[in-house]
Amino acid sequence: MAKLVEIRDLKVEATTDSGRRVEIIKGVSIDIAEGEIVALIGESGSGKTTIALSLMGYARPGCRIAGGSVSLAGKDMVALSEKQRAKIRGTEVAYVPQSAAAAFNPAATIMDQVIEVTRIHGLMSPDEARARAVDLFRALSLPEPETIGSRYPHQVSGGQLQRLSAAMALIGNPKLVIFDEPTTALDVTTQIEVLRAFKSVMKQGGIGGVYVSHDLAVVAQIADRIVVLKGGEVQEVGTTDDILTNAKHPYTRELLAAFEPKRRQAAQVAAAPAPLLQIEGLIAGYGQIQADGLPAIRAVENVSIKVEKGRNLGIIGESGCGKSTLARAIAGILPAAGGSIVFDGVKLEQNARRRSREQLREMQIVFQYADTALNPAKSVEDILARPLAFYHGMGGKARSGRIDQLLDMVRLPRNLRHRRPGELSGGQKQRVNFARALAADPKLILCDEITSALDTVVAAAVIELLKELQRELGLSYIFISHDLSVVEAICDEIVVMYGGKKVEEITPAKVKAPQHPYSQLLFSSVPKLDPTWLDGVEQDPELVRAYCRR
Amino acid sequence: MTMTSSETTSVRITGSRFGYRFNIVGMIGFSVILFWAMVAIFAPLITPYPVGEIVDFDYFGPVSADFWFGSDYLGRDMFSRILMGARYTVGISLAAVTIACFSGVVLGMTAAVAGGWLDTVLSRFLDALNSIPSKLFGLVVVAAVGSSIPVLILTLSVIYIPGSYRFARALAVNINAMDFVTVARIRGESTWYLIRSEILPSIVGPVLADLGIRFVFIVLLLSGLSFLGLGVQPPYADWGALVRENIGGLPFGAPAVMAPSFAIASLTISVNLLIDNLPQKIRDRSE
Repeated sequence: MAKLVEIRDLKVEATTDSGRRVEIIKGVSIDIAEGEIVALIGESGSGKTTIALSLMGYARPGCRIAGGSVSLAGKDMVALSEKQRAKIRGTEVAYVPQSAAAAFNPAATIMDQVIEVTRIHGLMSPDEARARAVDLFRALSLPEPETIGSRYPHQVSGGQLQRLSAAMALIGNPKLVIFDEPTTALDVTTQIEVLRAFKSVMKQGGIGGVYVSHDLAVVAQIADRIVVLKGGEVQEVGTTDDILTNAKHPYTRELLAAFEPKRRQAAQVAAAPAPLLQIEGLIAGYGQIQADGLPAIRAVENVSIKVEKGRNLGIIGESGCGKSTLARAIAGILPAAGGSIVFDGVKLEQNARRRSREQLREMQIVFQYADTALNPAKSVEDILARPLAFYHGMGGKARSGRIDQLLDMVRLPRNLRHRRPGELSGGQKQRVNFARALAADPKLILCDEITSALDTVVAAAVIELLKELQRELGLSYIFISHDLSVVEAICDEIVVMYGGKKVEEITPAKVKAPQHPYSQLLFSSVPKLDPTWLDGVEQDPELVRAYCRR
Repeated sequence: MTMTSSETTSVRITGSRFGYRFNIVGMIGFSVILFWAMVAIFAPLITPYPVGEIVDFDYFGPVSADFWFGSDYLGRDMFSRILMGARYTVGISLAAVTIACFSGVVLGMTAAVAGGWLDTVLSRFLDALNSIPSKLFGLVVVAAVGSSIPVLILTLSVIYIPGSYRFARALAVNINAMDFVTVARIRGESTWYLIRSEILPSIVGPVLADLGIRFVFIVLLLSGLSFLGLGVQPPYADWGALVRENIGGLPFGAPAVMAPSFAIASLTISVNLLIDNLPQKIRDRSE
């Protein structure tokens, strides 16, 4: 097969705000044959998006391509002028961004945006373009392909919008399409459909592709070859089968190992008769309080859960199923409208403001995004010092010693204490976030998707840390996630939520055989590290229609 | 290539020693402000002639070795009058802007954090205040209670509290929605702690920039009031009053009318330059 892309010794530099120059891509060489899909995989900051963008001759603000060549169909994208590159973008190489919702203009119809490329490049008449767009919509198995183009972006679902952005990329008949984490923001049940659509369209058209992702399982379904990146260098290149079964580089093995976290040893059922947390018929929601005393939009309806001392409860479900609202209601951030919360034998007030300081101390919540959960203006030391002073009245040396202890507990170097959150990596921030909850000496920690914003390897390390701390400190966790493998790894009980209701309670041992149809759909939709999984997986169309808002 | 390297060196020169980057335009602005502040403090020591004394036989005299900025409509030394005028212009404006921004920011953050009826009442009241044209409000107050320096300071600060409140509240509402504030809130922290330790550090940058802009507005409004004869009263005069006194010199191109105008311009422009180019912390620490 002829080579479509030849990247040779590519170097990309970034200039920091002190004027220092950093090499972020250090001499990368990659080939892509015609019609081949190559995946770039690696943790955040490994340079995968930077390389993908360089295929269009583009470097993000502050960066510049410092050396090497990127030849696309015989043209060196690095050497071309901006005007010449603009001609190639959209016609020979196209880009599908991570967040389609942010990439569409909310004020124009989908069709106008999809065919815009043909108008800019004068490829075909608007009528031809529309006809071709409808063909593409059909090929991407979008519902109502004839009319979906006349809708506005907010009138279609996230999975549909992602496929529409692929249609936008494909309409100019490119030789190469760059997918930048296109399914990361989607639910697993939606992801399957999108992946299938991408795969069939690419194969039919014989289009070359670059698929950027940090999820090895997703990549395994769609890519012919995998390039593993770390720190701006290629670690390993191989066919998908090779990488999955016969990885040579230690980093690749780490990635593979992180994919299947070790199952936690089931804790022996504590002798304590009373559960730590018992919730009965909890109702919480948003909007105007109606005549019956309930809010207009109920995000959590009649949920009852129980957490034993020293054991963990996992709550799983797709976005919008009410799992985060449940956590907020338990913590008292969003006062529940009905039901009861009994914590350690005492009935808690629904509103956190009316709970005692001691009650607040014993139940801590850790949020998903450490970026917003840590005050960027404060140092790590200040962040950890406050709960110590506030709950335990610690000061001076005692407090400083305890901060060191906490940093040790979450495996952070002590000299990090003077840094601000902006100067830490994603995994480090999440550890600080967690250390702050530990500083209160809680009995129960609510973890709201705390690994979702992290890379696979980092997330696995955080999960290991949580398990270790549990052994040492006898904590209980409520672990909220949309990622089944994470929940499986750490929880003794798993609650599946859908549409604000608890649909099933299950133990990790029985995850293979869920009873409720939604659980079956959800669990079967989690991608596996098997390249044939996507083609083999069967989704009951009845179930999909019932539970997927595509 | 060459450009990048020269940029690198210029950054070095303007001091990354303290971990801050401060560019040359900001430095110029800062030095002019520092100069006027010094003048305001030491004015009585450096004026060559007494402020109220008629020292030149000529009125609207030209620039000369004796009278650096010429003489005014009565033959008083313009240079001395500008030096003394700096005291009023800088002093009154600084006092007013401090009061306005402090009250506005504290009220704004309180409203954002507390929410509910307090937020509504405060916002509506200050909106109502904001709807009164500032010059008319100044005119009415000065006409009612007479002009004195404390009255001027208070009037000017009341005029600028609503804007400062709106600005701080808008910023604080955004910060208030962040998770770290939620964390602090369910830790059981008081409103005062939330304002002081969680919200203020995150909005202090824009608030300082706002303070600078408001300072400029106040200088201009004070000059405007003085120009109308309602500001600082003779024989003392701030820069606005100096422009008004000597407006008759305009047809002759007298330096007496131009010098105070340049003084106002230099101060307000420098403040703008400084706040647009405040020192920025260098986040890249790996060097």
